[in-house]
Amino acid sequence: MLARLYRSLYRIRRVEEEVARAYPTDKIKSPVHLSIGQEAVSVGVCAALRPTDVVFGTYRGHALYLAKGGDLNAMVAELYGKATGCARGKGGSMHLVDTAAGVMGTSAVVGTTIANAAGYAYALKTRRSDAVVVSFFGDGASEEGVFAETLNFASLKSLPVLFVCENNGYAIHTSQAKRQGRPDIAARAEAYGIPAERLDGNDVVGLLERTRTVLSGMRALGGPHFFEVKTYRLREHVGPGRDFALGYRAEAEAEPWVTNDPVQKLAARLPAGERVAIEQEVEAEVAAAFAFAEASPFPAAGELMTDIYQEAGDALACR
Amino acid sequence: MPSPAVKPPRPAPKTDRTLSFVDAVREAAELEMARDPNVIVFGLDVDDPKAIQGTTRGLPERFGPERCFGTPLSEDAMTGAAIGMALAGLRPVHVHIRMDFLLLAMNQLLNVAAKSRYMYGGRVNVPLVVRAMIGKSWGQGAQHSQGLHGMFMHVPGIKVVAPATPYDAKGCLAAAVRDDNPVLYVEHRLLHFTKGPVPEAAYTVEPGKARVTRRGADVTLVGISSMQVECLRAAAYLADVGIEAEVIDPIWLSPLDMDTICESVERTGRLIVVDTAWTNCGAAAEITAQVAERLQGIRDLRLKRMGFAPTTCPTAPNLEDLFYPNARTVAAAARDLVEDVKTGWLPAERADLKSIEFKGPF
Ligand SMILES: Cc1ncc(C[n+]2csc(CCOP(=O)(O)OP(=O)(O)O)c2C)c(N)n1
Ligand SMILES: [Mg+2]
Repeated sequence: MLARLYRSLYRIRRVEEEVARAYPTDKIKSPVHLSIGQEAVSVGVCAALRPTDVVFGTYRGHALYLAKGGDLNAMVAELYGKATGCARGKGGSMHLVDTAAGVMGTSAVVGTTIANAAGYAYALKTRRSDAVVVSFFGDGASEEGVFAETLNFASLKSLPVLFVCENNGYAIHTSQAKRQGRPDIAARAEAYGIPAERLDGNDVVGLLERTRTVLSGMRALGGPHFFEVKTYRLREHVGPGRDFALGYRAEAEAEPWVTNDPVQKLAARLPAGERVAIEQEVEAEVAAAFAFAEASPFPAAGELMTDIYQEAGDALACR
Repeated sequence: MPSPAVKPPRPAPKTDRTLSFVDAVREAAELEMARDPNVIVFGLDVDDPKAIQGTTRGLPERFGPERCFGTPLSEDAMTGAAIGMALAGLRPVHVHIRMDFLLLAMNQLLNVAAKSRYMYGGRVNVPLVVRAMIGKSWGQGAQHSQGLHGMFMHVPGIKVVAPATPYDAKGCLAAAVRDDNPVLYVEHRLLHFTKGPVPEAAYTVEPGKARVTRRGADVTLVGISSMQVECLRAAAYLADVGIEAEVIDPIWLSPLDMDTICESVERTGRLIVVDTAWTNCGAAAEITAQVAERLQGIRDLRLKRMGFAPTTCPTAPNLEDLFYPNARTVAAAARDLVEDVKTGWLPAERADLKSIEFKGPF
């Protein structure tokens, strides 16, 4: 299990570091919201999911997409705007999707997918499915009306949806304390009658175990559940760099998160040989994905006007 | 119908003072806040280190956090709150870094702000300004690039302005703040980088008057927001082949100065309206329809609308290029209209007429 978690964490970290490295070439003409520092949230939760479970996420979605099993080549190609991308070059970094892997989409408008996840869960319930939906969103999203409205609906209809609030303490450059009268997001879920708990976003194993336990209960008995996961974004809100020079947060604040970096922590727990083997495999896979993206063609001009509507006889795209 | 009392806006006067669009917006806000203590500026991230591309830079420091403040991520409630503030006599300017986010606030904007004065029988005013930016390039994509001003033009009770120069940016924001009605103030992200003459003192560019930005006898080009720049460039390409385009900037989209546009089209007989939005049911459709209604039977007309391709904005750069009109495609369409044949002409790109390249991430 540790090896599997490490592979997933290391892979996401390395993909995003490569995105940051490639960014100055201007070949990735897409606003990238990196998850570096936050990977363990997606990895821990998704490790407890079945392939048939479904996730909805945000523009900060690289980690979620990969952790849930989204195709790596297709993701990198999407960032490059290529025809082989997961959205055929038409969505970019903010609109990752892999329906075959249960990644139902990521939105660039804060909060929108929270309600979409609840609706998907409603449909699963009507089909007596034991699959669950996980809705990932940020601390900022909890300020939108749709958050409150969705919690009420999920509670009312006892929907099989796990809400995962990735609380990184900031919305762009504004701290949670400057935006919320009572910065306790889990308490708001509880107020709607949804069991809620606060978790450590660096504890990947703890997240996996807690998710497993919660989901087995949800699959048997139904009903929503809420995680507020404390985590930290190490790079700028959007773009490849660091942003401590902007002055809205102190670099010292990042120190404990860097010290407890789950990628390093987990690496130290694996036998050296096993760790190195994983890293080598991942490096090869990542290099291949970037080479694939570079070599792929841009979409044909005709793609501009396809997929506006479903046309008779069209099949849905899948990989 | 523009009131005859409103004079045509002066062209930007000759002044040595040059400001960027961003600084013109900032200066207008600062002057209005200094002039009237009821003016307040708020919205997501207006007080953060990037200060909405610099358009709100220094305002919190000068006027304090009560008059300039960042909000929670709550567009719907903040718009409703802005209306409440306006009802109480404040003059709020609510800022959105993307126009797409206005869609979360439509109920308050169109059901309440635009309706209140009328449905309460003239007993209340909602002097609210909503600043909203249209994004473009660097993979803004489906949800960060929409031009939705047409939706607001559709609804009576809210004015719409889309300045294209730093001069108008300053004058229109001042006019919007002083207006007793709700005003949607549309900014285009690429215009933020442009520079132009801007006088130091406060002035207004009043609602309901367009400006002729270039004289010509062969074809009328109406360019909205960033497309005004493309139309002026198109006119230069057309001049290379002996066609003189008249270019008009409507500036205010609601109320719309149809007199100035119709007067021009009556002379040229040809009109292209170029919008930074879809053409269906949009500003371009409205202007073209009004010209047709007014001039049918009076003048032989050839009309065309240009705007976003009728599809969702893609992120792949090659598809994005096809999505937007530009100076060369506008010039090509204008020549076809003037010569009344499909000439197949597309001018070779002139280095001095290139569009601004925007480098991301945002
Ligand atoms: C409805 C809406 N309002 C504003 C924005 C601009 N915006 C993009 S990301 C962001 C911050 C979101 O913060 P949070 O939910 O905490 O997620 P994080 O970026 O920290 O992962 C904002 C305000 C947006 N995309 N959508
Ligand atoms: Mg956050």
